[in-house]
Amino acid sequence: MLELAGIGRDFEVGEQTVHALRDVELNVAAGEYLSIMGPSGSGKSTLLNVIGLLDRPTRGRYCLDGTDVTVLDGAARAELRRDKVGFVFQFFHLVPRLTAAENVGLPLVLAGVEPDERRVRVARALERLDLVSRASHRPDQLSGGQRQRVAIARATIMEPRLLLADEPTGNLDRHSGHEVLELIEALHASGLTLLVVTHDPEIGRRAGRRIHVVDGRVEEQVP
Amino acid sequence: MTLADRLHFAWDALHGFRMRTALMLLAMAIGVASVVLLTGLGEAARRYVMGEFSSLGTDLLVVLPGRSETVGGPPPLLGVTPRDLTLEDALALLRHPAIKRVAPLVIGSVPVSAAGRERESTVVGTTADFEPIRRIEIATGRFLPAGDPRRGRPLCVLGRTIEAELFGGASALGETLRLGDRRCRVIGVLGSTGRSLDVQLDELVLVPVSTAQALFDTPALFRVLVQARDRTLLERAREGILATVRARHDGEDDVTVITQDAMLATFDRILGTLTLAVGGIGAISLVVAGILIMNVMLVAVSQRTAEIGLLMALGAPPRQVLGLFLTEAGLLALGGALLGLAIGALGAALLGAFYPDLDFSAPAWAAPAALLLALGMGLLFGALPARHAARLDPVAALARR
Repeated sequence: MLELAGIGRDFEVGEQTVHALRDVELNVAAGEYLSIMGPSGSGKSTLLNVIGLLDRPTRGRYCLDGTDVTVLDGAARAELRRDKVGFVFQFFHLVPRLTAAENVGLPLVLAGVEPDERRVRVARALERLDLVSRASHRPDQLSGGQRQRVAIARATIMEPRLLLADEPTGNLDRHSGHEVLELIEALHASGLTLLVVTHDPEIGRRAGRRIHVVDGRVEEQVP
Repeated sequence: MTLADRLHFAWDALHGFRMRTALMLLAMAIGVASVVLLTGLGEAARRYVMGEFSSLGTDLLVVLPGRSETVGGPPPLLGVTPRDLTLEDALALLRHPAIKRVAPLVIGSVPVSAAGRERESTVVGTTADFEPIRRIEIATGRFLPAGDPRRGRPLCVLGRTIEAELFGGASALGETLRLGDRRCRVIGVLGSTGRSLDVQLDELVLVPVSTAQALFDTPALFRVLVQARDRTLLERAREGILATVRARHDGEDDVTVITQDAMLATFDRILGTLTLAVGGIGAISLVVAGILIMNVMLVAVSQRTAEIGLLMALGAPPRQVLGLFLTEAGLLALGGALLGLAIGALGAALLGAFYPDLDFSAPAWAAPAALLLALGMGLLFGALPARHAARLDPVAALARR
């Protein structure tokens, strides 16, 4: 599903060029569960951003479902991102003035889905994540775990094939973190390709495939 | 994203930042209100002057002795003329089918006295037709009688101020007035002339034209007021006047004919331009409001950087982000404009309460023009912050919390 060949990503920091990713080769089949680990600043988030089409590699070729996405323009990449990729962030990134239901429905709004269909899909997602009683609450009225569940509902409402989670439990207590992780893994079990960035080896070990990013280079750990 | 959703999203955003929304609405409202009020003031001035002039009668022509030599130049007010305009000339005009009434005017200044009081006053010699032509109101008594204008009787009609000054509150009717070395019986007093530019009508003494000619010892008329049978006949009446005078003055075109229409049109043009000018001044405040919108929107974009990053991560292309911020700016401008129209209308009503004679309502084009201008300003100055938002790097934007 994902084919990365010779991917490099450079950042200009002052006079210096920082190589956040160097010559990354990575293939991921549909339905796989990968964890991406590494020390902070190693480039694991950059890798996730490149895979999620938020960032553009400086070098190399990246095919998503057989389409070379490195040559696409911003609008086309945005459309692919909308339809195929779901994001879960460490800091949830909910819109504070919108209710839980509105946050969940935001991707549908952006995609221009009719309100009637939207209501049905949002209701289904809220039910699946046990958030029905919180539907009209704003993010500041929700607990951390509930917020991340809203974010997961939002990430999956477009029925993407790829779910990218960047430290999804990093801002949660142990109990909520565990809950969120189980939800995400349940989604993987239902067929989603799952990539989780984490620095917690305990979480990393749960994945079927483990990737280590060190100094911009990818190393695969064989279990 | 459907239009309704976009409006809803923008509305929520505006609702979420009330202070900034209120400030921007206020700025826009002040701009629009000042356009509406200033053009309203200009229009009030225009309507006032136009009202004054049309109360003189739009079917009037004024004949002056002497000819303006240059086309379009001002007519000579006291033109040196080879031949006087006489009472006979004026009466000859009445034979023309397009002409309804004629009022010859002789004007001069003499000392006027009665019951031991004396003052200098303007005396106007004219005929009975002056009354309908100038729509004169009589308070008491009657106006100068009709009859052969060549043989005027020693009668006079007084303006209100003259009556009050010479008779000190008592009725002047039937009293005798001394005009220079002549004596006249007062047969009428002019009523309120209403709103008229010719305020000095209150200070006039009106006498039969032949009396005035004898008083000032001149056969020459100061001017002749001519009323056409109908507004549409003004041009025919003008030609008739010129032809008649030419025939009587040995083929010389030695009079000037002015129509009220021409004067009216000139004033209309001048005051219309004035309205546009003050409206333009108001429009400047709209530009200022636009710049304020730009500033505050730029702050909003940096405040909401993380949200913009999120929208991009959720698949909003740059165009959509641009559209969202433009919609916000547009809504702000529109809301401010509507508020401004209300404030403007309120202001006009308030002014109207203080000056009930004037109508301060803005011209019909002002409201839609201010609305469009406000929307234009909102979008124009909203464009820069919106582009700024659309060009954010999603990764960097998301990293901001």
